[in-house]
Amino acid sequence: MASNNGAKQPLLEVRDLHVVVAGTNTEILKGVDLTVNLGEVHAIMGPNGSGKSTLVNVIAGRPDYEVTSGEVLLHGQDVLAMLPEVRAREGMFLAFQYPLELPGVRPWQFLKAAVDAVRKHRGETEVSAREFDQMYKAAAIEMGLKPELAKRAMNEGFSGGEKKRNEMVQLALLNPKLALLDETDSGLDIDALKTVAEAVNNRRGPERSILLVTHYQRLLNYIKPDFVHVLVSGRIAVSGGPELAHELESKGYDWVKETAAAG
Amino acid sequence: MTQQVEKREKYDQYLADFETFKKSANGHTWLNEIRTTGLSTFNATGFPTATRGNEEWRFTNVGPIARKAFTYPFKVSADSVTKEQLKAIAPWDDKWTTLVFVDGRFDENLSSPAIQKNGVTVSNLDAALDSEKGLIEQHLGRYVESDKNGFTAVNTAFLRDGALVKIADNTEDTPPVHLLFVSSERSEPFVAYPRSLVVVGKNSKATLMESYISLTENGYFTDGVAEIVLQDGAQVDHFRLMREAAQAYHITTTQVHQSKDSTFNSTSFARGSSIARNQIHVALDGPGAACTLKGLYLTDGSEHIDNNINIDHLKPHTNSDLFFKGILAGKSKAVFSGRVIVHKDAQKVLANQSDKNLILSENARINTKPMLLIYADDVKCAHGATAGAVSDDVIFYMLSRGLDMETATRYLIQGFAHEVIDGIPLDGFRDYMDTYFVESLPAYTFQMKRPGRN
Ligand SMILES: Nc1ncnc2c1ncn2[C@@H]1O[C@H](COP(=O)(O)OP(=O)(O)OP(=O)(O)O)[C@@H](O)[C@H]1O
Ligand SMILES: [Mg+2]
Repeated sequence: MASNNGAKQPLLEVRDLHVVVAGTNTEILKGVDLTVNLGEVHAIMGPNGSGKSTLVNVIAGRPDYEVTSGEVLLHGQDVLAMLPEVRAREGMFLAFQYPLELPGVRPWQFLKAAVDAVRKHRGETEVSAREFDQMYKAAAIEMGLKPELAKRAMNEGFSGGEKKRNEMVQLALLNPKLALLDETDSGLDIDALKTVAEAVNNRRGPERSILLVTHYQRLLNYIKPDFVHVLVSGRIAVSGGPELAHELESKGYDWVKETAAAG
Repeated sequence: MTQQVEKREKYDQYLADFETFKKSANGHTWLNEIRTTGLSTFNATGFPTATRGNEEWRFTNVGPIARKAFTYPFKVSADSVTKEQLKAIAPWDDKWTTLVFVDGRFDENLSSPAIQKNGVTVSNLDAALDSEKGLIEQHLGRYVESDKNGFTAVNTAFLRDGALVKIADNTEDTPPVHLLFVSSERSEPFVAYPRSLVVVGKNSKATLMESYISLTENGYFTDGVAEIVLQDGAQVDHFRLMREAAQAYHITTTQVHQSKDSTFNSTSFARGSSIARNQIHVALDGPGAACTLKGLYLTDGSEHIDNNINIDHLKPHTNSDLFFKGILAGKSKAVFSGRVIVHKDAQKVLANQSDKNLILSENARINTKPMLLIYADDVKCAHGATAGAVSDDVIFYMLSRGLDMETATRYLIQGFAHEVIDGIPLDGFRDYMDTYFVESLPAYTFQMKRPGRN
């Protein structure tokens, strides 16, 4: 599948993706094309309601949507044929725009089960309790999650910022090949933003790709994307390099909408 | 009318057994009077089988109990139950004082040695009739409403085995007391009548556990009554486990009477059985008295469980907190009735109640009716009842981390229960509950439309 021109190897390929809200004719994605090669960082920007979350959620397998046509490939494999849990085990991770609270669910137990599910899928043995303890502590420290939060139920009563940090803790533990970060920077204070950016930068490498959904140039000051895409009304209206984000910051989305309408 | 005839016939079993019982029971005249009154009340009222005008029992039909003949277990077969069996199935800690009752009858061999020193008594009620006559006469049957409830009345008629726990004033170091009621394999359906009296003295602390455990799959009937009295400043931590056979009937009343500044904390876990009703009645009868009742129930198959709770705020500055959670699967049915009455002049009262249910099947049903009757005006009360299922978003979040549906389901159901289980301060009981709860989870996985195959 992968085109062997140069060293570039596609990790995620989205082709002419059309998506409706399940059980309706309401089309949200109207033909999205996107290729993310191994080792690349892509940013997706776009106005509220343009379909950014829908795109990453459909890739991760959220049941609220139906793909009417198009395809999504991970390492050349048909993602849409996989159950959401299989996608995760294959190395996909979605940091939610609005992380869910899991009432009463103990984070240690839950996250260990997640790590073990990925390991088992790869034919590896379960992580020992001690080893996991260390991994979990290290991840919490890296992401600046207060240790006492690990004793509460998963995300239950966490502040908005704490939830986002907890998403990053999971990213660190699960060590995905493809990280989809849906507005992980929203609601973060400046220190947290730096922590997240640093964590993402530390994970940049030839074996991993990152797709960031963000509204703010601010994050992109810390994480320099290889590509920026602007999603408008369910289509990628413009793509470019990091300079595109700056242009948007000064000109706003109307400029893109006009360009898209004209083009 | 045929039903009427049949009903009488079945009650004949109780009447006949009582004649035999009277002859074999300990011959204290004062106690025999109490028993005889119990029997005649039962004879007059019977079980609450009427469906009309019977609000208290509207959602729980005890017809099946009334229609069966349960015999009194006169014969206690020695060695039918072993300590190893009990340790394997019940909460157990050698440091606890455990009184074991097999089919309602006290079993001395399986029990810890009775305690009788420094004003503390923990023994079978029957064995303490002489030494604690004064205390028993003063309290026994003073709090329960035998005249309104046939189940309590017949329990009173067959009053003999059960615990007597007396804690002297200013005593904090009594080891936890565990009352273990076991049902064994018998050839005939039997009825057990555990009857306990617990009196905790001024400023004393006690930990009390009640476990109802079954070693048989057969049907039987547990008709239990416990009266718990807290004197000024006393504290009781109470834990209750119901692990009866799926075929069993279980109707019990826990009657709590609290004086000034006393605290009653109770946590219960109940698996459903054929018909189960836990009646808890707390009278807050002194300023500063407070109770917290937490409960978790789990029903499956065609089980039925009814948590019937009455709290009487009789005096000002009294607090009550009811916190119940239910998990319902199969075609099971649960009833939650929390009736909190704030009596006239009981000002400055705090009363909360909530009942949340996780319903795992379309065929499971919950009738929940929190009820607050307030006859005072300076009162803060809140109540809530929710019945619900888990949202797809929550499930998707878990799957997106690689968990399969079975694991996600299990964690969510466990999570729902943790709020009750994690709050149990007594390690041995909490650990037991943690394990037993997971074991008793129904075979169930959430259903959700999911994209993809494999
Ligand atoms: N499950 C759903 N049911 C109905 N409509 C939906 C659903 N999910 C998304 N939509 C609609 O699809 C459109 C795109 O939503 P989406 O959440 O993808 O936007 P977004 O680009 O992430 O916006 P934001 O920047 O506000 O996060 C919106 O109009 C939204 O209301
Ligand atoms: Mg969004």
